[in-house]
Amino acid sequence: MDSKDQNVIDESAKLTAYIQKLAPKSDIVKFTHVCGTHEQVLSQYGIRSLLPKTVQLIAGPGCPVCVVPAQDIDEAIELAFKEDVILTTFGDMSKVPASRMSLFESRTEGADVRIVYSPLDAIELAKQNPQKEVVFFAVGFETTVAPIAAELLRSPPDNFSILCSHRLIPPAMDLLMGIGELQIDGFICPGHVATIIGVKPFELITHAYRIPTVVSGFEPTDILMSIAILLKQIKEQTPKAVNQYSRFVKYEGNLKAQQMMARVFEPYNAHWRGIGRVRDGGYEVKDEFEHLNARKKFNLKPKKGIDIKPGCICHLIVIGKETPDRCKLFGKECTPNHPYGPCMVSREGTCNIWHKYGKIDIFQED
Amino acid sequence: MCLAIPGKIIKVEGDYAKVDFGGVTRRVGISLLENVTENDYVIVHAGYAIEVLNEEEAEERLKLFQELAESLDDI
Amino acid sequence: MANEKKRTPERISLAHGAGGSVMEEIITLISNVITEKNVSKGIGLKELDDGGTIPLQDYEIVFAGDAHAVQPIFYPGGNIGKLAISGTVNDILMMGAKPLAIADTIVVEEGFETTKLRQILESMNETAKEARIAIIAGDFKVVPKGNIDQILISTFGIGMVKRNKLILDSGLKPGDKIIITGSVGDHGIAIMAHREGIEFETALESDTAPLVEPIEAALAAGRITAMKDPTRGGIAAALNEFAKKSNVSIWLEENKIPIKEPVKAASEMLGIDPFEVTCEGKALIGVVGEDADRVLQAVKKTKYGHDAAIIGTVKSDRPGMVILKTKVGGHRIIDVPYGEPIPRVC
Repeated sequence: MDSKDQNVIDESAKLTAYIQKLAPKSDIVKFTHVCGTHEQVLSQYGIRSLLPKTVQLIAGPGCPVCVVPAQDIDEAIELAFKEDVILTTFGDMSKVPASRMSLFESRTEGADVRIVYSPLDAIELAKQNPQKEVVFFAVGFETTVAPIAAELLRSPPDNFSILCSHRLIPPAMDLLMGIGELQIDGFICPGHVATIIGVKPFELITHAYRIPTVVSGFEPTDILMSIAILLKQIKEQTPKAVNQYSRFVKYEGNLKAQQMMARVFEPYNAHWRGIGRVRDGGYEVKDEFEHLNARKKFNLKPKKGIDIKPGCICHLIVIGKETPDRCKLFGKECTPNHPYGPCMVSREGTCNIWHKYGKIDIFQED
Repeated sequence: MCLAIPGKIIKVEGDYAKVDFGGVTRRVGISLLENVTENDYVIVHAGYAIEVLNEEEAEERLKLFQELAESLDDI
Repeated sequence: MANEKKRTPERISLAHGAGGSVMEEIITLISNVITEKNVSKGIGLKELDDGGTIPLQDYEIVFAGDAHAVQPIFYPGGNIGKLAISGTVNDILMMGAKPLAIADTIVVEEGFETTKLRQILESMNETAKEARIAIIAGDFKVVPKGNIDQILISTFGIGMVKRNKLILDSGLKPGDKIIITGSVGDHGIAIMAHREGIEFETALESDTAPLVEPIEAALAAGRITAMKDPTRGGIAAALNEFAKKSNVSIWLEENKIPIKEPVKAASEMLGIDPFEVTCEGKALIGVVGEDADRVLQAVKKTKYGHDAAIIGTVKSDRPGMVILKTKVGGHRIIDVPYGEPIPRVC
């Protein structure tokens, strides 16, 4: 164990002590985060087991797995079954159940679905397979939109196009605040989205709704510090927007990235799985780049997908209104190996975590 | 939302660069940034560098820590 | 949680072969169809240990088999030949037995180059020599071009152990310690570096190796209660099998688990859990508490065991669970992996 690990341990211990002192004694505070990677760090380091019972962290709609509508995945599967198409996707989307099956399951029926780490890999595949059409399933939020915009501006090969399903975070946070009966005492804001869009959009939420927002990094100590800062502001009733991830986030964000994104994409009132239309909640490819838009290139006819199957309450779970144990399919028809709803799929999906951790009260141990 | 990890620029090649993530290196796009040079630390997501490390961050972090500590003195 | 009823899949997916919880559906299918599971009181498909056994006077003949379809077939630190021999040798060692002989089947695609075949056979021979076993039987087949991807090798091995020295996955007792003979995830990451769509460069090599030396050292140094070589599904799958078969809980400490920098870096870059990544030349050893340090020192003296470490303790509460105390002091359940870890960006 090197010194870097040692000071992580010391810093975490100090921050956990601050949290214990700053946390309310009896009433519950609920902080929402909107980031799959924040949820991954919370689970991976068992951070919830370090927090007092009065401090709860709620996972909001923050990863493509939970919010990309079934219709878009159906379109990806339709393309993947075409004779001359290679459908490339981030691993995240491979197991998400769409209307009939997932991309992963479509492989077993002959669809050509390949997992890539980056749009660069998808474009490399297009160069290596000139006789095929390579389509990249472009999901993700502002952080992922920027690299894809950069590559589209470099005029990729003619046999490359994207199936665009990008979503934007601030509009979804506004929507959450608009849902009356949700208790949100503060936001842990996604640090990597903020490297692109800056701190300002989150500051607007603090001013509009008088609740603290902290742009947080992804080390366990970053998250513990962000929780402590939120608790401090609630105790002192001084809601502010704080940039805890200043090692990579500038106040104005990455201006060059923002310009490139604006050249290729334009916002529209996108549909979010289980939530419905979110004003300016998604990006579509501008007409100027029509030749890179797979929906136009393959003239896909939009067919309504089945977002939430009968009995599933993922749409209530994804906004933190319900908990998985209240769903009658949970652990029966819907399990990690055979996910019925989107929140059961990814390791960070709320249902997947509840299925694993269940009711065992392991967290308040020594 | 987005998994990104820090890496060190080893070699710049036009709009791309070789980045080392600690024993693992990969070709990464750098056109989202301006005047990136060798030995810069960048944060990389989905094969693209999206920001350069802010060297003076250390004191800002200390300031946040101190503010937390001070707020505990009056408990 | 409600006991998940095992469903038989309509079609086989990649996950059914990846050593995780989905693969259990196929194992259930096999064990439902195969009724003749054991030779008299020997170990068989009923126990599903690393190998099966045939009782003979006061010995047990240990029998194990493995199929190999690794891509690429030549990778840093080894090739499909070294992997095929090491895999079966290690399965036999995990039962406490001394490996004696191997039979292998080699199936190649029409057009496969003989120079590559010779290289593979040479490394199979070197590995057999190192493991002090003989390759005494086998078969060779050729299939029309395109029917398989270059080459597939299966190996079947025989070993011997005194009946009272047989070691099973169900042998762990509360108070035992868990030793790992070296760093986790080396093979999986070394192979993933070449996988289409996620290529990256690394000096990391696969840990493919026959573990005769470290296992003999461990058996001589103390009372070993269980052993398992984590392959597909990494230490997460192997430790969960230990916990369920021994009906105990296993408590790990993240800081104690040896992991090489490139494996940590690649896992973070790809968003995968290094505890689920394939190992090929490592063993998990359950040992009686008081003997743990002695066994550790003995293993650390061997070539494939110098990074060995005590990574956890066995307890009686919460049977069937594997729990990790994380670097920052929190607790996390190590779950049976779904299948092969899939890279993510979110």
